[in-house]
Amino acid sequence: MQQRTDTPGADRAMVQAERVTKTFGRGADGVTALDDVSVTIRENEFFTLLGPSGCGKTTLLRLIAGFELPSAGRILLDGAEIGHLPPYRRPVNTVFQNYALFPHMTVAQNIAFGLEMQGKPTAEIGGTVARMLDLVKMERLADRRTDQLSGGQQQRVALARALAPHPKVLLLDEPLSALDLKLRKEMQIELKRLQNETGITFVFVTHDQEEALTMSDRIAVMATGEILQVGTPKDIYNHPARRFVADFIGDINILDVDLDKIDEGRGVVRLPGGATASAALPEAEMRPGAVSVAIRPENVLLTGPEDGARTATGEIERVVYFGSAHNVHIRLDDGPPIVARAPHAPGGAGDRAGVILPDEHLQVLVD
Amino acid sequence: MAEAQSTLVDARRAAEVRERRARWLLLAPALLTIGIFGLFPLTITLIYSFLSPGTYGGVTWEFSTDAYVQFLFERDIFDGTLEFSSTYLQIYGRSIGLAFVATVGALIIGFPTAYFIASKPPEQRNVWLFLITLPFWTNLLIRTYAVLLIIRDEGIINLGLINAGLIDRPISILYTDTAVFIGLIYSYLPFMVLPLYASLEKLDFRLVEAAYDLYATRFQVLRRIIVPAAKPGIVAGSILVFIPGLGAYITPTLLGGGKELMIGNLIALQFGSSRNWPFGSAAALILMAVVMVALLIYVRNASREGGNHG
Ligand SMILES: Nc1ncnc2c1ncn2[C@@H]1O[C@H](COP(=O)(O)OP(=O)(O)OP(=O)(O)O)[C@@H](O)[C@H]1O
Ligand SMILES: [Mg+2]
Repeated sequence: MQQRTDTPGADRAMVQAERVTKTFGRGADGVTALDDVSVTIRENEFFTLLGPSGCGKTTLLRLIAGFELPSAGRILLDGAEIGHLPPYRRPVNTVFQNYALFPHMTVAQNIAFGLEMQGKPTAEIGGTVARMLDLVKMERLADRRTDQLSGGQQQRVALARALAPHPKVLLLDEPLSALDLKLRKEMQIELKRLQNETGITFVFVTHDQEEALTMSDRIAVMATGEILQVGTPKDIYNHPARRFVADFIGDINILDVDLDKIDEGRGVVRLPGGATASAALPEAEMRPGAVSVAIRPENVLLTGPEDGARTATGEIERVVYFGSAHNVHIRLDDGPPIVARAPHAPGGAGDRAGVILPDEHLQVLVD
Repeated sequence: MAEAQSTLVDARRAAEVRERRARWLLLAPALLTIGIFGLFPLTITLIYSFLSPGTYGGVTWEFSTDAYVQFLFERDIFDGTLEFSSTYLQIYGRSIGLAFVATVGALIIGFPTAYFIASKPPEQRNVWLFLITLPFWTNLLIRTYAVLLIIRDEGIINLGLINAGLIDRPISILYTDTAVFIGLIYSYLPFMVLPLYASLEKLDFRLVEAAYDLYATRFQVLRRIIVPAAKPGIVAGSILVFIPGLGAYITPTLLGGGKELMIGNLIALQFGSSRNWPFGSAAALILMAVVMVALLIYVRNASREGGNHG
């Protein structure tokens, strides 16, 4: 296996979707699964498509694999348009959600299948299959039939089978969703290792935000046939651009505030409690008026009720302990509830408390 | 304590006995039918095949292996010496050949048909299956006559071709092996399509996608994924067409004109005008043996191949 190299070419585009639309059916009962989607996936990247059920993740993957043809738009692989090619002419392989292992073949025969179809010489196939078995730690089960394997083992075979022809891009459609939690965590690490060792671009589909955050180099958050935001896990987590993204990923407080003006690329907003703050703006154009700002519970600072001008005060409604910290639910005097996460609770239900919302963690959202 | 345990054991044993009895009771009708209408006639046939023919049909109770000897040898009328004769072997050979070709033909026609039906949305499949079984609604004899009318020299095929100016003289199909072949395929095609459909319907289409994804072309997908998945259907369908095809009587009689005998005609002849019941019985039993051996070889091969790669 070639080692992953972080050469200057690492930012090269591997998969590009340009204004891709996919409609199923025609006329009144047509379903638009993807609506004018553009995205660029870079070489060697672990790229995740994240979104709720029915948002079009599988459809985008199937368009890249060639199982569906785009209704409009172009799909490029490594700079060449592939939108019209059948799946067997695209150097792209898929790990299917249900694995889709060939039931009448052994583990080794499954892994060899793609290489055989490519017409590789027998000796080379044998060598590659052995390396793949080693890579996914399945050497001992090479001659097993696939219906005699556990879920995790089937998963590994499916991975090995898709990696064996060394595709330019590996597509994975919720490959871990059928596994139990422990196995799932193991396979997450395993997948990252495989991606590092093979240097292949991974496009990974999940609706599990935690999985997406821990594994990905970059994430595209999707909803109802659109890509809402693309960014690193940190970007997406700390600076969600859209209300949907903020809501979908992690716990977050969303407050309705007034945007007074825009000053040096940041928004000056009036917070509950009367203080003004400077919040990060999304890329979209904003105008002064009513907006939403978001802040993560762990970024909300708890203080005493009379701790200065920047403090908003309120009453503690309840405290929820969950092992590593407390979630303190506070109803601010001006109305909105807010959650702060802290190692220690400042008091119990009914006590007064104050919160400070630091500028650097405030993010203005687009609806 | 010990007592309680022993009553528990007794109760369990009683339940077992009851269950076994229920199982036999459920099986009884089938066993009875097979016994009366299967084994009993078969035994009679076996006994008759070792007796001597009666002058006006029937048998005389005199042990003889002549029926089997006659199958391979001809007795000289004058000095009674035996001489090898392949007359009957040829009839068997021809029949097996025709039945085999008809089976392959039915498979070639039936496979795409079954695949077509299996790839239709579920609510449409029943309509297609109904259409496939439609010929069964008419008696085989009538259906065979219909084929006869279509393929005879003055039939619509020949008239159509002549009127279209493609041929001057009718192509004679009727009373040839081709006619028998057409008749056999037509009669037994549903027996091929139904089991093929049953196994193709279970095919997980995602496997086909997975194969496409792994660089398999359409033909390779067919050969490596779809055919192996359809193997049980291919085996069952081939058996269901080959066996009745081998013993077919009506089709070769009407469409083959009885010019060249097939096994079915040969056997019928022995019980009819030839008045040689023992030989008829022996011919029937030999047919059965041939079928059984062929089946054994076929099924074993098919399952071995299935284990290896297909
Ligand atoms: N073959 C099809 N025919 C008609 N509609 C389809 C087809 N495939 C997908 N759709 C529709 O397109 C939309 C997107 O489906 P898609 O399978 O891409 O969602 P998804 O994001 O993968 O969801 P999930 O997380 O549930 O797998 C859905 O509304 C779905 O009903
Ligand atoms: Mg999906």
